[in-house]
Amino acid sequence: MENIIEIKNADLHYNDFKALKNINMNIPKHEITALIGPSGCGKSTLLKSINRMNDLVEGCKIEGEFLLEGKNIYQDYDVNILRKEVGMVFQKPNPFPMSVYDNVAYGPRTHGIRKKKDLDDIVEDALNKAAIWEELKDRLKKSALGLSGGQQQRLCIARALAVKPKVLLMDEPTSALDPISTLKIEELAEELKKEYTIANVTHNMKQAARISDTTAFFLLGEMIECNQTTEIFSHPRNNKTEEYITGRFG
Amino acid sequence: MRELFIKQLEELNKSLHQMGILIQDAIHNAIEALKTMDKEKAKEIIDADSIIDHKEKEIESACLHLLLQQTPVAGDLRRVSSALKMVTDMERIGDHAADISEIVLILNKIEYQDILDCLMKMAETTTKMLDKCMNAYLSEDLKLADQVADMDDIVDNLFVEVKHAIANAVVMDKENGEQVLDLLMIAKYFERIGDHAENISEWVVFSITGVHKDERVI
Ligand SMILES: Nc1ncnc2c1ncn2[C@@H]1O[C@H](COP(=O)(O)OP(=O)(O)OP(=O)(O)O)[C@@H](O)[C@H]1O
Ligand SMILES: [Mg+2]
Repeated sequence: MENIIEIKNADLHYNDFKALKNINMNIPKHEITALIGPSGCGKSTLLKSINRMNDLVEGCKIEGEFLLEGKNIYQDYDVNILRKEVGMVFQKPNPFPMSVYDNVAYGPRTHGIRKKKDLDDIVEDALNKAAIWEELKDRLKKSALGLSGGQQQRLCIARALAVKPKVLLMDEPTSALDPISTLKIEELAEELKKEYTIANVTHNMKQAARISDTTAFFLLGEMIECNQTTEIFSHPRNNKTEEYITGRFG
Repeated sequence: MRELFIKQLEELNKSLHQMGILIQDAIHNAIEALKTMDKEKAKEIIDADSIIDHKEKEIESACLHLLLQQTPVAGDLRRVSSALKMVTDMERIGDHAADISEIVLILNKIEYQDILDCLMKMAETTTKMLDKCMNAYLSEDLKLADQVADMDDIVDNLFVEVKHAIANAVVMDKENGEQVLDLLMIAKYFERIGDHAENISEWVVFSITGVHKDERVI
């Protein structure tokens, strides 16, 4: 199995605080990888490092290697190109205060696509892939801020997909959503992994067990265990993993 | 969340423990009834089988509730799912104790002490196997569970011994043909009880290790 992302001996400091400790993990291509662990264990920090969202954070120092398709994320990529290849979806839906259409067209436009026909196609395609085209096709010119939370989140996924990334990082994408919207996003993830690779941070153990192929468990900045999801949830190797997923702490 | 779950697990353990005692008693009483030709006792065992059946249903229901309400994972999932499997074999053991008692009802005084001795050893060994199974499950003791498979070999050997003794009896004594066949049936039931006890021990091993008969089932 091919690993689209490899992380080798990664350490991350926020000033004196070591938030990631010698992380070694791979993210397999066309799979969903779940990152789980108690609050503050460094899940978001790790996701952000893959996307270089920490570049502007004062006092943040990163050592070790982050590779995307074998190339060093910090040395071999221009950050704009990296962010085109690696999209990110956040916990709180954050649509731009503009129309549905402009939200989705935003990325492609910044990458130089101008022709209306091309943009129309991209917008329709991205909204389709995010399973929200039918709901929004008659409201493309309306403000994105008027959508429901679940719709906003799928719009944000569409916005991320519009630049045709290879990897989609999702940081608790469903934690602010109702069960139906959550289910839609989970089904969507299942569908999207055919074309994309997904890394999903979640506090929802059931969600991790339901949709991910691989699960990585983090604790206090360390990766404790990473294995096939069925293994982690039926027969974890590490006691700490067992204690966490069975709800004994965290 | 976890507290309620622990309480439910403890209840489950208690019920399994009780069912384990019920079936060990059933085997013990069945061999006693056979030894003493106590038809009353045999009837009691047959009646008591419905209690064992009821216990099985109760444990199944508890497991399904646990799965539904707690969606357990890891060691918790293995404990609940193996309990669900174990009770099926435990219930069958109860049936066989009743089957043996049915035969006791129609038997006359047993003429063959050697056969009876073998049957008593089979009863004793299978009871011990079940005791080990239950203790292994409750205290998550892998060594104890592993011993059960070896003990099933003892039961199988005893069955072969009974068969030889019965073959001899048939040759020596043509008049008691029907009785020896009944005794062969009883031996076969004990042999099956041994198999069920081994099955139970395999689920105990799964509960502890995640491996069932050398294979990963999940
Ligand atoms: N910009 C920052 N400056 C200093 N410390 C930070 C910064 N961002 C995160 N941290 C610290 O790093 C640790 C890991 O934080 P992170 O946000 O990665 O955790 P998390 O696993 O995503 O937690 P949660 O589940 O609550 O989102 C925490 O102790 C946090 O306080
Ligand atoms: Mg976070």
